Amino acid sequence: MALKMVKGSIDRMFDKNLQDLVRGIRNHKEDEAKYISQCIDEIKQELKQDNIAVKANAVCKLTYLQMLGYDISWAAFNIIEVMSASKFTFKRIGYLAASQCFHEGTDVIMLTTNQIRKDLSSPNQYDTGVALTGLSCFVTPDLARDLANDIMTLMSHTKPYIRKKAVLIMYKVFLKYPESLRPAFPRLKEKLEDPDPGVQSAAVNVICELARRNPKNYLSLAPLFFKLMTSSTNNWVLIKIIKLFGALTPLEPRLGKKLIEPLTNLIHSTSAMSLLYECVNTVIAVLISLSSGMPNHSASIQLCVQKLRILIEDSDQNLKYLGLLAMSKILKTHPKSVQSHKDLILQCLDDKDESIRLRALDLLYGMVSKKNLMEIVKKLMIHVDKAEGTTYRDELLTKIIDICSQSNYQYITNFEWYISILVELTRLEGTRHGHLIAAQMLDVAIRVKAIRKFAVSQMAMLLDNAHLIASNTQRNGICEVLYAAAWICGEFSEHLEEANQTLEAMLRPKVTTLPGHIQAVYVQNMVKLYASILQQKEQSGEKEAAQEITQLMIDRLPQFVQSADLEVQERASCILQLIKYIQKLQIKEVPVAEEVTALFAGELNPVAPKAQKKVPVPEGLDLDAWINEPPSDSESEDEKPKTIFHDEEQRHSRHRQPEIDEEELARRREARKQEQANNPFYIKSSPSPQKRYQDTPGVEHIPVVQIDLSVPLKVPGMPMSDQYVKLEEERRHKQKLEKDKKKKKQKKEKRGKHHRHNSLHTESEEDIAPAHHVDIITEEMPENALPSDEDDKDPNDPYKALDIDLDKPLADSEKLPVQRHRNVETLKSPDSEAPLAEKKSKKPKKKEKKHKEKERDKGKKKEKEKKVVEEEEEEEKKGDDLDFWLSTAPPPASTAQPQSEPEVGAAVVAEPQEVKKEEREERDEEEDDEGKKSSKHKKKKHKKEKEEKSKDKKKSKKKSHHSEEETAGSVQNGTLDDEPLPPMSSYRLLAENPYIKMTYDIQGNLQNDSQVTVSVIFENKSTSFLKSMELNVLDSLNTKMLRPEGSSVHDGIPVPFQLPPGISNEAQFVFTLQSIVMAQKLKGTLSFIVKNDEGSTHEKLDFKLHFSCASYLITTPCYSDAFAKLLESGDLHMSSIKVDGISISFQHLLAKICFHHHFSVVERVDSCASMYSRSIQGHHVCLLVKKGENSVSIDGKCNDSTLLSNLLDEMKETLSKC
Amino acid sequence: MIKFFLMVNKQGQTRLSRYYEHVEINKRTMLEAEVIKNCLSRSKDQCSFVEYKDFKLVYRQYAALFVVVGINETENEMAVYELIHNFVEVLDKYFSRVSELDVSFSIMFNLDRVHIILDEMVLNGCIVETNRNRILAPLLVLDKVAES
Repeated sequence: MALKMVKGSIDRMFDKNLQDLVRGIRNHKEDEAKYISQCIDEIKQELKQDNIAVKANAVCKLTYLQMLGYDISWAAFNIIEVMSASKFTFKRIGYLAASQCFHEGTDVIMLTTNQIRKDLSSPNQYDTGVALTGLSCFVTPDLARDLANDIMTLMSHTKPYIRKKAVLIMYKVFLKYPESLRPAFPRLKEKLEDPDPGVQSAAVNVICELARRNPKNYLSLAPLFFKLMTSSTNNWVLIKIIKLFGALTPLEPRLGKKLIEPLTNLIHSTSAMSLLYECVNTVIAVLISLSSGMPNHSASIQLCVQKLRILIEDSDQNLKYLGLLAMSKILKTHPKSVQSHKDLILQCLDDKDESIRLRALDLLYGMVSKKNLMEIVKKLMIHVDKAEGTTYRDELLTKIIDICSQSNYQYITNFEWYISILVELTRLEGTRHGHLIAAQMLDVAIRVKAIRKFAVSQMAMLLDNAHLIASNTQRNGICEVLYAAAWICGEFSEHLEEANQTLEAMLRPKVTTLPGHIQAVYVQNMVKLYASILQQKEQSGEKEAAQEITQLMIDRLPQFVQSADLEVQERASCILQLIKYIQKLQIKEVPVAEEVTALFAGELNPVAPKAQKKVPVPEGLDLDAWINEPPSDSESEDEKPKTIFHDEEQRHSRHRQPEIDEEELARRREARKQEQANNPFYIKSSPSPQKRYQDTPGVEHIPVVQIDLSVPLKVPGMPMSDQYVKLEEERRHKQKLEKDKKKKKQKKEKRGKHHRHNSLHTESEEDIAPAHHVDIITEEMPENALPSDEDDKDPNDPYKALDIDLDKPLADSEKLPVQRHRNVETLKSPDSEAPLAEKKSKKPKKKEKKHKEKERDKGKKKEKEKKVVEEEEEEEKKGDDLDFWLSTAPPPASTAQPQSEPEVGAAVVAEPQEVKKEEREERDEEEDDEGKKSSKHKKKKHKKEKEEKSKDKKKSKKKSHHSEEETAGSVQNGTLDDEPLPPMSSYRLLAENPYIKMTYDIQGNLQNDSQVTVSVIFENKSTSFLKSMELNVLDSLNTKMLRPEGSSVHDGIPVPFQLPPGISNEAQFVFTLQSIVMAQKLKGTLSFIVKNDEGSTHEKLDFKLHFSCASYLITTPCYSDAFAKLLESGDLHMSSIKVDGISISFQHLLAKICFHHHFSVVERVDSCASMYSRSIQGHHVCLLVKKGENSVSIDGKCNDSTLLSNLLDEMKETLSKC
Repeated sequence: MIKFFLMVNKQGQTRLSRYYEHVEINKRTMLEAEVIKNCLSRSKDQCSFVEYKDFKLVYRQYAALFVVVGINETENEMAVYELIHNFVEVLDKYFSRVSELDVSFSIMFNLDRVHIILDEMVLNGCIVETNRNRILAPLLVLDKVAES
């Protein structure tokens, strides 16, 4: 043995440690990969050894290699081995490796559950710490479910070191196992007031993250956070809290009002830039949430903007960046305050730092107005020319387009200027955004009718200079604009002055080098051009010219027919044939122009991107239904090939349809038009007049100003937008002069009266009239489009699962799963889960509290026994608390100022009328209650219930402005179909002393006919720490506790956890039994050690475990026909009981029998019900329950008469308590 | 929330990496390479915040060593910027006591210890501790155990 150890340590001396590995890698720079693979082989050898130190060393090296990018998932099992080492020095290496490489897909991870649980409950705080840290990295939904309760227990650990870690890990647990949030939330809330600031900060962190995703659930915590904010001096915590408020204020404007003052104080006082930045951000959020008509807050905005200006002017680039970032948030709601700092922002465009420039660009987007758009864009164009690096230039390009096109070209007063800007942008080399420019050109040309003539001339110029754009292959991104140019020239060819020239430009051989889709558009639009030229020539009687142009087409088109691109080829050959036909007609001197143009008659209108989606599904059309019944599986396989073949044939025949002559075509078109006109779902070519101007109210009333186009339009390669700027300035000047004249006239007329009003208006930007009659066509929507805007929410958002109402009382089924006695784990039956989950100390406590409250009320509300009702009330009270805090409570003494009072008053007034009314009503109701007090008890009970329901409805109304989702939720919660059932717990008291309280429940096990599981909840009632708990039972002949193999009947079973003060936890014990026909009682003892400051003492608690017959029954559903057969079979014994003095409703009664005696209802007719259950040993038990006036009679049938009579006796006892 | 914490040298070699949300191993290498490329391309007169994909990088340079932290939009950039310095100060305090070696070397040789320090400061993507003594306490306990 000793020799082996020595040998081991000698071996180790030759092993490489991490440092050797690092050095080795540095020394093998040339053949690093080879060296590392060699090392990995060595590590594999080391992992095979038994020595844990060697293994840990190997895993440590693996961690380093993993960091370098090598996959080490193959060593997952070895990592687990090292994790379970007893020595902390090794254990932490294992956990480190696990935290670096384990994830949800690691399959061995489930093996770690028990190890982690052990480490979590380790007496060494660093073991626990390292397990928690590791868990935060690799927790899976399974681990989260299994360990949630353990971690929750650790949240109340004695050491703050553990507490803070446990609190933080809970966030990950919530994410992976959302069901844990509600049961854990009360404790998390407690931690906000933890004596240790670290724990406090951890809790703030977690709630901040939670609230960011689903803020409305955390609004009730606002007063607590407010207290923390005004008392904390830790900047890290303050930042988080302030951030949290930023998320809450949008939901509650009154909260914002309360916050403004402390926040502005902080802004003035703090020296920490991070805190200042956070405060400014939250103040901005507050201001956004407040309605805009709050002149009082202009001071706060000014303060923020001022502070931000200081940041932006700072030489520290970081501050400059953050300043700009925050500024862009103010911009959204208070653009005026930011616009005054335009100089500063424009200055930032020259900054050396690209990220700062980009931020400044973002700001500019929101700062433009009709007045300054041209100026800003001019500046940007200069930057485009100067910009180095394509990414920034591309960014500038998209920004220019964004800025100009925002809100339906709201700020563009001169579209000629904009088109020339777009044309100038086409000269950018190597941009990726050709398609963007193209899209803009198309959009403007289509939607601004007045600009078409100008646009066409510009596009013709582009086509003419296409060689400049298309020649360079590097510029291929930009050649997309040719697509737009060709289309615009073709579609609006009537505006072309020199159509011939443009057509020739489009037919140049160079064009064939363009990408296929652009060529295709070229080919298509050539014909449009050709058609319009043809018509022009025919009208003016130039027959020869018309034939010439036809010949030109026939000569040039073949180059496209040869194209490699199918689309181009197809279109070209079609058109070539068409034109050849036209030529024939032309030779016969038949006028053709009319018919050719008819091919392209009608106007194309823009269609809104969502139009297709918004087409309502007509009534009676089921999109999911089969049109033809699908063939059965067996058939489809052999038939498929046939059908494909068949299909093909059909297609061929369709192709071979006789060619249609022009007249026929025209006739059909007419018919189609007719049909379309009658079809409500066809997007018609002329939108209804109201629709057309929807987005631009009043635009058509703006006077049309004719401008004299003195600028030559066709100067290729010369920037012109500047000239437009000048022109525009002149125009505006003229306009202003005119207006001034008018005003003077007006003044003369109405001197004195409106004097002030007028002078205020002179500079407002609305006065700038656009240069053109800007007829912006809005995008079309189908008629009777669905108004709803679809949710863009991601259904897979992991945080959505955490949107849980935290104020709702905890239901029994929501308790966290607790670790179980290991014998049970394999035998777990699905039936046992639901009742098992129910447990916990809080329940009795709550009841006690309530009881006291009731006493205080001196029986005023004696009739209101229903817990549900009470809880509802409590909830309301909570809501009232928040309201109270928000509306009347003075701000904390230190910051109180008299100024804040009128604001609060205003807030109340600003409240929605409806809510206020309801509040008054509620108050009235309460007063009412107190007034009438004890008069009519029974009536009141009913009334109360009704009120409760109506209150629920009101509540949902109240909340409705938050979100629709919530409304649905609360309605669901509020309106129960039946009257609510009282809460029931199957846990009975086992024993109690000043230290500990035990409650227990017994569940049968279907899988094993001779075992039951006893779940015991241990609740630590003392202020001491309870540990080394051991439970022992004196076995009887019939009933024995299942002990681990090898232990004697006198050995107790250790309870697998310790209990910090005030904590409760559940353990399970398995018992075997032979006969189940009779109830059993077993004596037992719990021994434990009480540890507190004064030392530790050994304590004992005796108990009696009562196995009732009902605990051997398992709730088993039974169908009525099976039930009838069972009764008919005749091999059941019968017995009956009758209980008098029953006052509870039949439904409650049945619920009690189901719950406490494990029965299920088979059928219920009026006040009569049949019930069924099965024992673990297969006895059938059938009941017929009948309710009379004040009594209940139960007839039972069972295979075993003893069992039946015992069961009925137990039932009698239960019912007599009712 | 902090998404990842990296220490990378000028040659682009990773010296420390910690991810608070799972990233696959091959994606990690790519991400690290891109992150350091982003940071290296910036001059001293540029700000320490880089927008990268859907998160933000906050970085600081110490001689040849970059500390880069990836955060999402809810984290306070300035606070993280200060955190980095705090972290480096703790490292400096600990390793100057342990060895005279260059900090960069100490980090490589004591990767596990650096991780302990980091885990004490940042847990689950949240800043938990900034007090130097409290951060180092577990490590000192560990060293004592190792010595004895």
